[in-house]
Amino acid sequence: MWGSNAREAHPIFFHHVLKGIRHGAKLFVVDPRRTSTAEWADTHLPLNVGTDIELALGVARELIVQGLVDRDFISHATTGYAEFEAHAMPWTLERTSEVTGVTVEAIRALAHAYGRAQRAQICWTLGITEHHNAVDNVLSLIHLALLTGHVGREGSGLNPLRGQNNVQGGGDMGALPHKLPGFQDVEDDEIRGRYEALWGATIPPKKGWHLTQMFEAMGRNELRTVLVMGENPAQSEADVGHARQLLEGLDGLVVMDLFLTRTAKMAHVVLPSAAAWVETEGTVTNSERRVQRCRKALDPPGEAKSDVWILAQLARRLGVDLGEPTGEELWDELRLLSPMHRGMSWSRLEANDGLQWPCPDESHPGTPFLHGRLWERPVSGMLAPFTVVQPEGPVDQLTHEYPIRLTTGRRLDEYNTGVQTNQYRNPMRRRETVDVSPGDARALGLAEGDRARITSRRASVTCLVHVDDGLTPGLAFMTYHDADDVDTNLLTIEAIDPKAGTAEFKATAVRIEREGTHGSPSSERPAHA
Amino acid sequence: MISLTIDGRAVTVPEGGTLLDGCRELGIDTPTLCWAKTLTPVNVCRVCVVELEGSRTLVPSCARKAEAGMVVRTDSPRVQASRKGVLELLASSVDTSTAPTLVAFAKRYGADPLRYGPPAPPATDRDARESGHHHVGSGEVADTVHQPMKVDNGLYVRDYGKCITCYKCVEACGTDAQNTFAIAIAGRGFDARVSTEFDVTLDDSACVYCGNCVQVCPTGALMFKSERDARDAGTWDESQQTTTRTICPFCGVGCTLELTVQDNKILRVMSPPEASVTSGNLCVKGRFGVVHVSETP
Amino acid sequence: MDLHLPNAQPTPEERAAVAAVVGEESPLGWGLADVRARRHELLEVLHELQRRVGHISAGALAEIARRLGVPPAEAYGVASFYHLFRLKPGPPRIVHVCQDISCQMAGAGNLLQEGRKVAGTRASCVAGPCLGLCDQAPAIMVSQSGASPFERACGKADVDTVVRAVLDENPPEAGPANVAATPGHRRLLRRVGVVDPMSESAYAASGGWRALARALEIGPQGVIAEVTASRLMGRGGAAFPTGRKWAAVAAQSARPHWLVCNADESEPGTFKDRVILEGDPFALVEAMTIAGVATGCERGILYLRGEYPLAHERMANAIMAARTSGKLGANVLGSGVAFDLEIRRGAGAYICGEETALFASIEGYRGEPRSKPPFPVERGVFGKPTVINTVETLVNVLDIVTDGGAAYASIGTAASTGTRLFCVSGAVARPGLVEVPFGVRLADVVDLAGGLREGATLQAILLGGAAGTMVGPEALDWPVTFEGMRERGATLGSGVVVLIDDAADGMALLRRIAAFFRDESCGQCVPCRVGTVRQEELLTRAATGRAWADDGERLQQLDQVMRDASICGLGQTASSVVMSAKNRFPHWWGAS
Repeated sequence: MWGSNAREAHPIFFHHVLKGIRHGAKLFVVDPRRTSTAEWADTHLPLNVGTDIELALGVARELIVQGLVDRDFISHATTGYAEFEAHAMPWTLERTSEVTGVTVEAIRALAHAYGRAQRAQICWTLGITEHHNAVDNVLSLIHLALLTGHVGREGSGLNPLRGQNNVQGGGDMGALPHKLPGFQDVEDDEIRGRYEALWGATIPPKKGWHLTQMFEAMGRNELRTVLVMGENPAQSEADVGHARQLLEGLDGLVVMDLFLTRTAKMAHVVLPSAAAWVETEGTVTNSERRVQRCRKALDPPGEAKSDVWILAQLARRLGVDLGEPTGEELWDELRLLSPMHRGMSWSRLEANDGLQWPCPDESHPGTPFLHGRLWERPVSGMLAPFTVVQPEGPVDQLTHEYPIRLTTGRRLDEYNTGVQTNQYRNPMRRRETVDVSPGDARALGLAEGDRARITSRRASVTCLVHVDDGLTPGLAFMTYHDADDVDTNLLTIEAIDPKAGTAEFKATAVRIEREGTHGSPSSERPAHA
Repeated sequence: MISLTIDGRAVTVPEGGTLLDGCRELGIDTPTLCWAKTLTPVNVCRVCVVELEGSRTLVPSCARKAEAGMVVRTDSPRVQASRKGVLELLASSVDTSTAPTLVAFAKRYGADPLRYGPPAPPATDRDARESGHHHVGSGEVADTVHQPMKVDNGLYVRDYGKCITCYKCVEACGTDAQNTFAIAIAGRGFDARVSTEFDVTLDDSACVYCGNCVQVCPTGALMFKSERDARDAGTWDESQQTTTRTICPFCGVGCTLELTVQDNKILRVMSPPEASVTSGNLCVKGRFGVVHVSETP
Repeated sequence: MDLHLPNAQPTPEERAAVAAVVGEESPLGWGLADVRARRHELLEVLHELQRRVGHISAGALAEIARRLGVPPAEAYGVASFYHLFRLKPGPPRIVHVCQDISCQMAGAGNLLQEGRKVAGTRASCVAGPCLGLCDQAPAIMVSQSGASPFERACGKADVDTVVRAVLDENPPEAGPANVAATPGHRRLLRRVGVVDPMSESAYAASGGWRALARALEIGPQGVIAEVTASRLMGRGGAAFPTGRKWAAVAAQSARPHWLVCNADESEPGTFKDRVILEGDPFALVEAMTIAGVATGCERGILYLRGEYPLAHERMANAIMAARTSGKLGANVLGSGVAFDLEIRRGAGAYICGEETALFASIEGYRGEPRSKPPFPVERGVFGKPTVINTVETLVNVLDIVTDGGAAYASIGTAASTGTRLFCVSGAVARPGLVEVPFGVRLADVVDLAGGLREGATLQAILLGGAAGTMVGPEALDWPVTFEGMRERGATLGSGVVVLIDDAADGMALLRRIAAFFRDESCGQCVPCRVGTVRQEELLTRAATGRAWADDGERLQQLDQVMRDASICGLGQTASSVVMSAKNRFPHWWGAS
């Protein structure tokens, strides 16, 4: 598990991991924090925030010099190995240890276990991707799998755990700036032509903007009207103070949401949405590419309407009649256009426990793992490339003024900005805290339950202190679950990975100061982890 | 495959299969209470016992591995008597008012819940009892596990007067699923009970409110607060309820939720044990955090 | 593991108690392997906490979780299973007063009442099950926790003894047991009361270690061949051929193999293990070493019941001395073969005499039995092939190896070879441990214990203990053999012979037995957990003349469901004395 606290963020996925551990599997956890996930590890590698690429290079070199790489796989299935090897060679265990803060023994143990295992997986989450060099981080992990052939085989592979129930499905359906539904390239004329033929409409031939590019466009006054569906950027964006300014400056902000979120409150028009997962019929796709049926169990409250209905109404007012398509009708349309979904009939999705794409025809059982083709000889299609990526530390640099690295994440019982999870009678609910290491707490004169001021280059917030011995000195942790109370994302930096458009939520430079003991209203109580 | 004979009929089960698998293969309806497909068999309830040729005592079909050539009877008077006897003992000692399965079994085997006399009144000291000691009653009433319900949080209640000590919740909280170990069996004998350390409240325990214990409880001893409240208010009406399967709205794991809905409100969230993603398990968000769609804050 | 630690903090004393067992701050390692490796220390840790602190606190559980990786709820579940662990603070001195049948007949009930009066808040005076001092009934045990802890058992207690047990710095201690044997057949008891049990050299001088030397000479197969030829049957009650068990373990390919000696002697009326453990501890060390070497074990565990402090002291001494003199360790008697022993103490749970429950207890879990198969020879302690024998079975092996299996088999009858120990108590002149060759009459056994106490009229005999059979005086003529007893629907069990005179209240004895089973049921399976309660309720009604019309039928049904559907021998035999008494002594049921 690399940059993933699945025990809390993906609890039921972690049940499967636990089953493996109980059956003798070895677990390594790479995470700056000793999380509850790390507590289950045979070895925890507490790396310095933002040194994932260096650590991966160190592991790669150890695999190479110890002869733990799969030479046959590399030569048949990959390209660019020689350059990669040369690039990795300087990363001795000692140097890697020095840069990453992980002990030589732990790096070696990981490399040897990974290299020698019959089957091994690397799972990651936002610890890898919420960096300004997210794609490079991912490539670094892919390299390890390519070196050892731990990919394209049952039980081996690369497993990014999706953070939201339909992040994968959103991408599947073309909610990406450069893809049409079914991950088909929008800039490919022939493909686009098929969609245009079916839809009887013209599709812009150029790829669009991703979320952060949209905000940049707002900044340049190129984007003046925005439709926000089920997102709360006024609390979830990095450097959210800046994001709010941009949203406030729009000519038109339309928000479709279940709740009157902070963003919705800023909107010119709010369109109350039904909860797609329980008030409408449709599908989602989970982290293992399993397309699953969502079913209507409740009537939406008040005037809330399904997203599909709202979009169809907007389309009508824009002059296109989409009718009132059902979930099944939309799904069947997708199957006409997306080859990887073609075999998933609505009735098959009903009868089965979902189906994993690609599923090209109705006799196809679905695909439990990808990239099996890399084991064909010769390999059909493109070989897997090694790419030389340069380590680059976090953008928000530590200085005397901002000496502490703040990283963010989720807790078990909460979810994102809390709009959904702040409503149930949660016995574990706690006031948001800034978690600091015992050493820093001593040095800063902070005790459990104190109020602290956290200041980054962008803003300053106050919140309660929790001392967590799972943190190393110099590292602090916050969530943005209770954004109404503690506006954590005022602090974070909008340093964007140009390829993925993700912001560096995981690495903010801050300073923490004491703001007085229990200095806030009496309703506050010391928090317990 | 292993071939054996059950009630005079030949049957085969896969290697590692149990006598219960054989019974089910033949369509022999075999009662179980402590057994679940997703949990390690503990064979403590003993309602699934069968007669195995060559065995001095009856054997638990749920746990006994099939061996080639075994000759098994499930319909003998001995089996019937034991099942009836076990169900009578259970029904005489626990509150079965929310355990329709148990009640149906008892009825099927002709077990009389009052066979051992009128039930003793609830006790308030069960959590403090020490092993090796007990109070000797008059013999006029049948001792029971009846006791006050534990309500220490807003999500689920623990009504151990309905507990048959089947170990399922302990297994689900432990190595078979959640690995949180908030509860274990404490005490001994008739005073054995499901307990946190020193009976501390769930808030002080390791509990993470996944509700996987509630999911597996066969008697309603563990029950969602929403269901308990509706029952207490007299509004729980199964004829007005729908059950719908959908997918959890939170993280990307894709857990199947099975929602019990009445009056457009979610009263209970379960997960089907056969779902490949969940095996019936959920986390606190999926189990309880989904009420944002039907509760006004 | 992401254990949730309770907020409670351990005291320095509690920290020290845990460290005394698991060592100073060696931090719990990452991963499950380290947690698994420490779990088996849980019971010893709880003992140490009980000994030093007097109870197991919430803070102690937090420390256990931190050092052993055992979740607090599980540690609580384990601690609350064993009745020698106290879960709330109390006076440092606890006086256990045995309430089982021999002691009950000797006035234990009154003793308890008196003890409680004296104790007040100065000590806890508690009722308890058999202390294995039935030959010196009534028996008590004193345990003192805190700064100068000790445990001491004492027999022939009267009110004065109990007063001293509550108040004295130095309470009285049990004297030696009476032992007797059929002339020419004092074999298992030959050193008891004769040779200094604390002296390794005395043991060697009295013929000790010869069997071990011989065993190493003839090798594992030779030993197993002799044991098989001896037709030695297990003395624990199940009467399984020992040679077959050993051969089965020796043949297992899984490693390691474990040897376990079941010295959790808790069957009410039984005290033979105690007499041997206290009186000839080296013999058991030697016998276990032979068994271990013969079956490919490198380590053996002596699971000793927690109520035997003197036996613990002497066995610990014997093991240490054997190690020092090269009989145990990496190189047993210079043979190059490795074998060593350790002691694990029970903590007050009759069920742990059941072999699978005993394994669970060694591993640091509640003493809950499991279904068999798989049998211990395949999957025993720590899931590995395990030889498990009782003390008496094992010490028989010494003569078998020395004299040969054939010579041994010539003693006794064809189907019951060798000698047998009987624990004779109750209405006899010289209660004690008696050794006879199989095949003599029960009367001969009683005679060796001095015959019936003067003036007593024999009413009944309890054979085999609480899980045995209640028989009438006619049984005196029965031959003591496995087969002879079986034919008569009785059992030798663990060798218990309690003579019950006509002054005893038969129904009171049955109620005590019913109460015993209710207390000692582990609580896992329904028939035993609830059945033992219903049995006691039914007897309570019978004893007070308020039996319901169909209670006879009800009892019959209870008996059947407990016998047929319980997981283990405890539930399966929990009604056997009651049922045998119902048939033989219907007048105990009052009206009829």
